[in-house]
Amino acid sequence: MNKYVCDVCGYVYDPEIGDPDNGVSPGTTFEDIPDDWICPTCAAGSESFSPAS
Amino acid sequence: MSKNLNAIQIADKVYWVGAIDWGVRNIHGYTTDRGTTYNAYLVMDDKITLFDTVKKEFEDEFLSRIASIVNPEKIDYIISNHSEPDHSEVLPEIIKAVKPEKVFASVMGKKALNAIYHDLNMEITAVKDGEELGLGSKTVKFMETRMLHWPDSMFSYLVEDKVLLTQDAFGMHLASSERFGEELPWGVLKTHVSGYYANIITPYSSHVAKLFEKIDTSGLEVSIVAPDHGPVWRNMDNFRKVLSLYKKWSARKLDEKIVIVYDTMWGSTEKMANHIEDGARSSDVSVEMMPLYSFERSMIALEMLDASAVIVGAPTLNNNIFPSLADVLTYIKGLKFKTPYGAVFGSYGWSGEGNNLLREYLVSIGVEIVDEIKSKYVPDDKVKEECFLLGQAVANKVKEFIKNQ
Repeated sequence: MNKYVCDVCGYVYDPEIGDPDNGVSPGTTFEDIPDDWICPTCAAGSESFSPAS
Repeated sequence: MSKNLNAIQIADKVYWVGAIDWGVRNIHGYTTDRGTTYNAYLVMDDKITLFDTVKKEFEDEFLSRIASIVNPEKIDYIISNHSEPDHSEVLPEIIKAVKPEKVFASVMGKKALNAIYHDLNMEITAVKDGEELGLGSKTVKFMETRMLHWPDSMFSYLVEDKVLLTQDAFGMHLASSERFGEELPWGVLKTHVSGYYANIITPYSSHVAKLFEKIDTSGLEVSIVAPDHGPVWRNMDNFRKVLSLYKKWSARKLDEKIVIVYDTMWGSTEKMANHIEDGARSSDVSVEMMPLYSFERSMIALEMLDASAVIVGAPTLNNNIFPSLADVLTYIKGLKFKTPYGAVFGSYGWSGEGNNLLREYLVSIGVEIVDEIKSKYVPDDKVKEECFLLGQAVANKVKEFIKNQ
């Protein structure tokens, strides 16, 4: 499962951890994140994320 | 004769109680050539409410201005729109002294304040986007503005008076006796509002665009815009000009303009720069020449805000680029400009790594390299001619770009 990085603020989405504070349970791949999910740090949309190199 | 420095009324029962920092010349690497103000606002309602505070060394001035209206101990609520220390450093002290009933911040603001100050002695109340707070005759509506320009940033809207407190957005670093935008010449305002956007807001332009969408759809009516730095916007004609600039910049609209940034050891790279400028000018495109022995990073950022090309020149020094270029390029990279075109040039004596390093840098920030030129020691007539043509080539790219923008 790939990690994804927010291009705006640098927040890293780690699918193993998910974003439980905002309803994304651990184990959710980035592709399976709900469309209305936003970066928990800066509120950018998921289109602002790139795969972590 | 007042024994206190005075507060200044900006709306019904709403006062500016900030501080003027006439002498500050550097705020986290951004050169503030005309100082700044740290604006805080006091609302005298049933619940006496303070919005933001000031930098530590201005605590006395700030408390004095509050005291010209009311004993600071009477403050009931404190609202932190922005956690950055220049707006929050006095918060721990004032909480201790005033013992307010409640302190409010955004969800991210609460986290930030607790991570900045470990001794607040008070539970901060987190408020969410759209939440309202009654002060008596007035209502505050909170508006989350994450990453404008920190995760904690929020606006506070005084509903009845249509006053929008925008923390760092629409602000500028400018110390002045005048508290209102209409009291200052537009040219001065434009320069400083541009500098502020370029050096602070640029990386978050997509958030600015989203904010405008949000404001447009909510039909928010505003009669006064009160930021945390610089003058208060009371004349909406003036503020509309600022809005249109913010709209232009957040949409990444650029001008027919080239910035040439360079430094020089013994004059060779500068000679090249002069011929590049000559070539670009011959194509009738405006050019800003910015030698780094005189200009510093914030001025470069200001000019890059609306430039369609950046041409960068550095002598090679000990197998590297000249150090002033490393400073500016690092800073520019962080600001995430979207400059479409560029070129690199520089003089060298033996190894000549400069151009490669400059090119890598520009490519890494998404600039398309039009051309590059090296000069072994002093540029001869052939190199000068190549420089002129490079200037022309970049100018032609810029004209094409602007035509299709």
